[in-house]
Amino acid sequence: MSDHNTMNLTLHVWRQKGPNAPGKLETYEAKNVSPDMSFLEMIDEVNEDLIKKGVEPIAFDHDCREGICGMCSQVINGVPHGGQDRTTVCQLHMRTFKDGDNIFIEPWRAKAFPIVKDLVVDRSALDTIIQAGGYTSCHTGGVADGNTILIPKPEADYAMDAAECIGCGACVAGCPNGSAMLFTSAKVSQLAVLPQGKVEAATRVNAMTEALQQCGFGNCSNHYECQAACPKGINVKFIAKLNREYLKAVFE
Amino acid sequence: MILDGKCPTGPIEKTWDKHRFDLKLVNPANKRKYKVIVVGTGLAGGAAAASMGELGYQVEAFCYQDSPRRAHSIAAQGGINAAKAYPNDGDSIYRLFYDTIKGGDFRAREADVWRLAQVSNNIIDQCVAQGVPFARDYAGYLDNRSFGGAQVSRTFYARGQTGQQLLLGAYSALSRQIKAGTVKMYNRTEMLDLIVIDGVAKGITIRDLTTGEIRVHMGDAVCLATGGYVNVFYLSTNAMGCSVTANWKAHKKGAFFANPCYTQIHPTCIPQHGEHQSKLTLMSESLRNDGRCWVPKKKEDCGKHPNEVPEEERDYYLERKYPSFGNLAPRDIASRAAKEQCDDGRGVGPGGRGVYLDFATAIKRVGEHTIKERYGNLFEMYEKITDEDAYKRPMRMYPAPHYSMGGLWVDYNLMSNIPGLFVLGEANFSVHGANRLGASALMQGLADGYFVIPYTIGGYLAGIKPGDYSAEHAECKKSVEEVKAGIDKLFSIKGKKTVSEIYRALGKVMWENVGMARSDESLKLALKEIPKLRDEFWNNVNVTGEGGDFNQQLENAGRVADFLEFAELMTKDALVREESCGGHFRVEHQMPDGEAKRNDVDFCHVAAWEFKGVGNEPELHKEPLKFDNVHLAVRSYK
Ligand SMILES: Cc1cc2nc3c(=O)[nH]c(=O)nc-3n(C[C@H](O)[C@H](O)[C@H](O)COP(=O)(O)OP(=O)(O)OC[C@H]3O[C@@H](n4cnc5c(N)ncnc54)[C@H](O)[C@@H]3O)c2cc1C
Ligand code: FES
Repeated sequence: MSDHNTMNLTLHVWRQKGPNAPGKLETYEAKNVSPDMSFLEMIDEVNEDLIKKGVEPIAFDHDCREGICGMCSQVINGVPHGGQDRTTVCQLHMRTFKDGDNIFIEPWRAKAFPIVKDLVVDRSALDTIIQAGGYTSCHTGGVADGNTILIPKPEADYAMDAAECIGCGACVAGCPNGSAMLFTSAKVSQLAVLPQGKVEAATRVNAMTEALQQCGFGNCSNHYECQAACPKGINVKFIAKLNREYLKAVFE
Repeated sequence: MILDGKCPTGPIEKTWDKHRFDLKLVNPANKRKYKVIVVGTGLAGGAAAASMGELGYQVEAFCYQDSPRRAHSIAAQGGINAAKAYPNDGDSIYRLFYDTIKGGDFRAREADVWRLAQVSNNIIDQCVAQGVPFARDYAGYLDNRSFGGAQVSRTFYARGQTGQQLLLGAYSALSRQIKAGTVKMYNRTEMLDLIVIDGVAKGITIRDLTTGEIRVHMGDAVCLATGGYVNVFYLSTNAMGCSVTANWKAHKKGAFFANPCYTQIHPTCIPQHGEHQSKLTLMSESLRNDGRCWVPKKKEDCGKHPNEVPEEERDYYLERKYPSFGNLAPRDIASRAAKEQCDDGRGVGPGGRGVYLDFATAIKRVGEHTIKERYGNLFEMYEKITDEDAYKRPMRMYPAPHYSMGGLWVDYNLMSNIPGLFVLGEANFSVHGANRLGASALMQGLADGYFVIPYTIGGYLAGIKPGDYSAEHAECKKSVEEVKAGIDKLFSIKGKKTVSEIYRALGKVMWENVGMARSDESLKLALKEIPKLRDEFWNNVNVTGEGGDFNQQLENAGRVADFLEFAELMTKDALVREESCGGHFRVEHQMPDGEAKRNDVDFCHVAAWEFKGVGNEPELHKEPLKFDNVHLAVRSYK
């Protein structure tokens, strides 16, 4: 609970009716915003106002509102998720803004993520990458006891670090090339380090990197903006791991 | 009507194996001729779709999010139970079975719970094989912790994100089947009706949330795995899009709704900060291992900084009321006690709806460093939301709606009373009775999806002709027309209230009258208020935009419309159940010391309701519960 008073803000929000419609920034006032509100609650209130005025409310993706589902996706003042360390936009709180601020709110922008409406984009390309090989090909039933293959703790922890990715796509939105390398490398690394996933490591890295290109994502040229944008702090070391796995696959 | 759960008989430990053997099989070459519709791809639906696709059925799967990876299963923190007994601490399938029956306050079926405990071990193996990075010890073995007051360590976990990791495991298996072409996935698609032809479930009517298109999808069987309904309280720990819609539409087409009044209120959630709050955030229950709950003894002290309230002026109410369990009293008891303090005017924080959870004693005992090691991420999350440092001042907590034990009625095969309609995961009512134990919902979702439905659906499909449906049937046209008419009606109202305003009002009525403590009076009051709100909605709501477009206002309006009907059924069920059990607490039925007082003579049954029209009296059907293996006893946590 903070003791600050409420604030008034000016929002500049990207409005676009549909994938092929032209879009532009519209200006709205957000009045009496409590510092304890989350960013999305602030937009909820603006939307309530718009509805009362007969204006269609701003469309934006969200669901869990606790930073884990990866649904929320907004570029705030040029930075995916607003730039607070390891924070999704749904966990961003208004106390990080001050009275009189101008806030620019835009959708993820990337060739592979066509805009659906306003701040909502189509991220199905991320699913396509996983479908290409982001799994182990085990069957339901008929697997070994979970303790049959021991996994050293450091490797289990490494896999977990990579597996924390919430698939929001901020890495793509933050990348000047619109690359999904961090996203892909996290899954490749998680599975490559575990004994259960090692068996298919080579085919997986090939299939997933190929899908990456087919989906229209750009190449990775080591800007590392992805790591800065990632609300889960996924490390670029996984990109290096992907590259090593890729080379191994080529030489195998 | 007396309902029959079709439970196998004989010695309980043989029931599932025997039943599996008795089930008819579909010839492998014939499987591809059957189409199965799976609505919902959380743990239950994702696991089911992947497993049935792998078996060779044609599967069509649906979810409302933009990807199956985002179902609300993702938010589960604590862990998943299994009876592996790796720590050698006396756990067994029987003990997990026993704990679940007792924890559910003797309101679940024995055979279903036994099966759950039996397959729990397969789940862990399956997830490990998928590459789920469960916590390991230094020797490389799977690590366990004790959770939710269990006396054994049977909870498997992946940091504080177990649900996420299990869901991503199911999602990866599902993705593999999508690639293989056995599962066709429809994202951003919402089921708005069930199609029943000659009494048999044969399809669904959906709205494509991107284009607004309404169309039917037909199949030989329909599985609903659409999650829970506690968003009927408006504020809950569920995701914004969680709704009763799929279940409610099926209910209106004849599926019985079982025990709708059984909801779980989780004691440790971050309190509401103001009127604009959109959802509540859960803080792991493990905090109560080191935190002490208190409120000021005197009302005048409630506005003070907590550190200025002297020790002798604090009421450590859980320690006072439950000397032996203290701060670790079970969820339902801890939640009610917090509410009582606040009702008594001694709550703290905004609106006086909060109690302190104080770590000062623990910090003095083990040091700040150890507390940070144990709960660092939770303290961080708490600070992000409240801007308060819980190392320096106590946390504020308040109970919040969290889970629904009730759901559509299903038999032992997970089939509802409508042939061909199966219900999995939180959406059904089957195993948790009147109260769910920690770490057992994830277990149930995956049990249903990986290890139950792939068998039991075969038993059903083997008895019917594949492809025996047509999208041209009059019922399909009627369903599409009704869905379209419902949407047109919403747009035509053009009233003065927003959908959220009415939804908030409903949440308030439900929370205050049908929440943690329910009385004859409060329930009857709710039964007066709910129809009024429903009228207000249908006469004065304003839904903006168009139907043939991406329209979140419309989506929300549809979900709220269903909650406005469902709320009445939930309240009626609570009114009729004249006893207290598990999460259902009727103030008229308590022991002298405030404990829940069950009435096994009159209420040892499942209450399954049949829909008779909006505003009409639903018809109650009972399924008697028998306890042959666990002795019906009074729960005691003193
Ligand atoms: C904050 C939180 C923490 C929790 N922690 C734990 C824990 O530690 N341990 C534990 O065991 N349990 C925990 N639970 C409970 C557990 O997470 C859930 O009960 C369980 O994951 C539900 O899984 P499900 O597959 O039944 O439903 P969900 O995961 O909710 O999935 C529902 C699916 O249905 C879809 N859907 C819904 N309606 C429609 C419709 N009309 N049309 C199309 N699709 C639809 C959704 O898109 C989604 O795919 C927790 C719950 C919460 C909220
Ligand atoms: S809404 Fe789920 S991560 Fe933000």
